[in-house]
Amino acid sequence: MGSKKVGNQTIVFENGPYIISGHTIAGPMEGQGPLAASFDTILKDTSDGEKSWERTESKMLEKAMREVANKADIPLDSVDYLLAGDLLNQIISSNFAARQIGLPFIGLYGACSSMALSMAMGSMLIDGGFGSKVICSASSHHETAERQYRLPTEQGNQRPMYGQWTVTGAGGVLLSDSGTGPKVTTATIGRVIDYGETDVNNMGAAMAPAVADTIINHLNDLQRQADYYDLIVTGDLGSVGLQLLLKVLEKNNVKIPNNFNDCGVMIYNTEQDTHAGGSGCGCSAIVFAGHLLKKVYAGNLKKILFIGSGSLHSPTSALQGETIPAIGHAVSIEV
Amino acid sequence: MVKKDLRPPNLNITPEDYKELTTQLSPKPTLLKNTLLAFLIGGLICSIGQVFVNFYMIYGGLPPLSASTAGTASLIVIGAVLTGLGVYDDIVKVGGAGAILPVTGFANSMVSPAMEYKKEGYVFGVGAKLFSVAGPVLVYGISSSIVVGFIYYIVGLVR
Repeated sequence: MGSKKVGNQTIVFENGPYIISGHTIAGPMEGQGPLAASFDTILKDTSDGEKSWERTESKMLEKAMREVANKADIPLDSVDYLLAGDLLNQIISSNFAARQIGLPFIGLYGACSSMALSMAMGSMLIDGGFGSKVICSASSHHETAERQYRLPTEQGNQRPMYGQWTVTGAGGVLLSDSGTGPKVTTATIGRVIDYGETDVNNMGAAMAPAVADTIINHLNDLQRQADYYDLIVTGDLGSVGLQLLLKVLEKNNVKIPNNFNDCGVMIYNTEQDTHAGGSGCGCSAIVFAGHLLKKVYAGNLKKILFIGSGSLHSPTSALQGETIPAIGHAVSIEV
Repeated sequence: MVKKDLRPPNLNITPEDYKELTTQLSPKPTLLKNTLLAFLIGGLICSIGQVFVNFYMIYGGLPPLSASTAGTASLIVIGAVLTGLGVYDDIVKVGGAGAILPVTGFANSMVSPAMEYKKEGYVFGVGAKLFSVAGPVLVYGISSSIVVGFIYYIVGLVR
């Protein structure tokens, strides 16, 4: 026992699952960003014909789940588990999407780290021999997040320059025990880290230490250097969080080659005026399952470390003045 | 505010140093530009209000007090309509407090929850959450006016 776990927090998969397909659905604003070409579907408007944005988000997630199976050309019924997470109270987007699909379902909450968390858990299920096909997915929606975490969507306010913009998007990947192509080779499960940030608009700052901790543990556990990877991509630290991450890593003697990026930074143009970039479960879900996965399939990237970052506060905890705990989960994908 | 009882992480940086680093790296608000825009947009909204007031006095024949009430009502209608059209939040993005403080901003803070929470029904949605933004303004606005009124009354008695 214990042979798959290496060091403090890392799991090395013996039979790492193949990522055999990915599907992404993006909102209209994401569809105007630099990664537009990598998304499978771009919604024309944020409600997409539904009577509430919550229904839209759930529908997007459901569609992403169905399409990953479609693309891989396997019947949905042969999928063993559905793993999904989102930001809404009681993860209703995931629960409602899973209701429509009717497969064994494990709902996850890792805030914006949900995509990486679902991939880590999915890989464990397959490597452990508990199933052969797992769908890993996550979603977020700008308006549903806004009305839950902040203000009514039409309420006027000025967001701070370090604030981030919740992405409207749903993404999923299908993990399989057989196939060809990229494999999930390792996973590092993060610890909850709190450096005392209380400003809920500065989530990048709240999450950067947790991501740094996970990266450091990952590299230590596997005795790797950061330049082992072609790309180390964080979930949604945004431009402020990414800078902070690099500073913290530097202080912890991690040599930083020029291979760091962040999904939240990649997803929007600066002209889109989102301030520090994108956030939300959908951010890393659509950037990974779209843009990055396509690059991996095309052979442009061979080794990726993907670290989902989540800030684990709630509107209640924030109002009560609690600091923001955060987490980072890492999975490595190698061809 | 850094809590000491949280399990300390093993990162080689203290929460205090990290806080300083965060302050350094987080972009500051463009104060001068924001103030100037707030002045211009706020001034513009008030000027429009004044145009209405003058209009009601000169062409409507209203006495000054009624004219200013009518002018306020007109601004409220404009603020509400612009909120309904999804424009007012864009005006606030540029104008900041200059667009929040005038009565049009108050209309925005009433209409936006009404629109937003209609999906949760008229009782527990609109009814319960209509004042979710404007509520605190009303609570403390009315409370402080009572206090000031009381002081005014006392001062009147003494004189």
